[in-house]
Amino acid sequence: MNAQMNAENIANPKVVVKDLSFYYGKDRALKDINLNIAEKMVTAFIGPSGCGKSTLLRTFNRMYQLYPKQKATGEIILDGANILDPRQDLNMLRAKIGMVFQKPTPFPMSIYDNIAFGVKLYQNLGKNEMDERVEWALKKAALWTEVKDKLKQSGTGLSGGQQQRLCIARAIAVKPQVLLLDEPTSALDPISTAHIEKLIDELKEDFTIVIVTHNMQQAARVSDYTAYMYLGDLIEFGDTSTVFTNPKRKETEDYITGRFG
Amino acid sequence: MNMMPSLYTRRRITNAVGLTVSLLAMAFGLFWLIWILWTLLVHGLPALAPVVFSEMTPPPGSAGGLLNAIVGSLMMSVVGVMIGTPIGILAGTYLAEFGQRGWLAPVTRFINDVLLSAPSIVIGLFVYEVYVVHVKHFSGWAGALALAIIVIPIVIRTTENMLRLVPSTLREAAAALGAPQWKIVNFVTLRAARAGIITGVMLAIARISGETAPLLFTALNNQFWSSDMDQPMANLPVVIFQFAMSPYEDWQNLAWAGALLITLSVLTLNILARVLFRQSATSH
Repeated sequence: MNAQMNAENIANPKVVVKDLSFYYGKDRALKDINLNIAEKMVTAFIGPSGCGKSTLLRTFNRMYQLYPKQKATGEIILDGANILDPRQDLNMLRAKIGMVFQKPTPFPMSIYDNIAFGVKLYQNLGKNEMDERVEWALKKAALWTEVKDKLKQSGTGLSGGQQQRLCIARAIAVKPQVLLLDEPTSALDPISTAHIEKLIDELKEDFTIVIVTHNMQQAARVSDYTAYMYLGDLIEFGDTSTVFTNPKRKETEDYITGRFG
Repeated sequence: MNMMPSLYTRRRITNAVGLTVSLLAMAFGLFWLIWILWTLLVHGLPALAPVVFSEMTPPPGSAGGLLNAIVGSLMMSVVGVMIGTPIGILAGTYLAEFGQRGWLAPVTRFINDVLLSAPSIVIGLFVYEVYVVHVKHFSGWAGALALAIIVIPIVIRTTENMLRLVPSTLREAAAALGAPQWKIVNFVTLRAARAGIITGVMLAIARISGETAPLLFTALNNQFWSSDMDQPMANLPVVIFQFAMSPYEDWQNLAWAGALLITLSVLTLNILARVLFRQSATSH
């Protein structure tokens, strides 16, 4: 039960996960997860395929609700309220928790409209304010200089790495508090990956970031806390340097040293 | 890896046999298509004089064209498509985006499949029974209605299929921003599927532009100029049917010209649909 003990060491958690279980139909994909996510830090979920790391991430914004047979039990507390409570307004929740996916998902509209789309859902900005917001988001996502002369062009015409930064810009334009990144670089080349990792480092000044990654070096490079998961269990959780240099559990050590997974 | 020579030879022979059979089958199919096109061109091109587009259908023995039939066909097709397309797109959107839960979508999909393969003469008889019989005369509206009933299932099917091709991650991305479902559908998935849906509508137009059976019982025909949709209306397929069966050579020639016109417009629509779909496929 090291995981639980470590989790409670985080002094000022942004998100608290309590006894979280998740079901795909009858299959239990997460088993009583307890975990704290530190504010304005990067928390990485690592583990072999099928361990539940993406599933865990997708409970944070109740993405699973798009699919009839998926269900979560337990609690996820954000700002004192349980996210999983059916009375929780889903759209307001997703305004607070942004998400970026594995494959870049630009909408079939202009670069400008891609970013304005989310903002318009919550705020009624005038043209100047919207222009400023779009510029702000693109600058934050380190994309501004590359696209500032072609904001009216389609977002689908950008390169993969640019598309992914566009998706990050779109997510942060809404000014969420938490940013969920689901393997954001696994479809990208090494240079684009380096771009995005640098970006994550800058973004944690403003946002609480949770990242799922297959790439252990990436977890070691970008994250402050790391959670190792296996078959739906949280095996070990702690600050990244400890998990990588001095893991408490044999399973974690086997995985990070590449003997398994 | 070391492959056994006999095994490799056998695979090569199997490949050669398979390829030959496929090529022969393709040649057999293409042969008839090219023959049809050739016959049409040989008979239709000489008959395709400018008067075809400027004169009405003539009595036998005098000169004339197909203007009233061309206009009638266009009017009924346009009205049919204008009725059928919105219904088809809305229903297809329901099936693809909203119908995951419950029994309504599967039942609708099944009925739509039946409608899709219903013989067009049955649709003509249906409109005759529920509309023509009650207003007591054939009319352009009845023809357009019959064509709309043919358009609807085609557009429903293509809309649903095209929306299903939109990756679910795009829906998730919009949902993750907190967009309500109607906005996701309107601004993201329908836009992503737009080219495919337009392609479907074009194919539906191509399909109805040659339909004869549903018009025989509804619009019938009109030898004179008429743009009144409430009157019997001339149209290319029925004129072709009537003129081609006649013993008069000038009527038969006009029938050839009409057949060539329909074929060329269907061909153009198909090519346009393909080009459009390919453009959108490469831009994603």
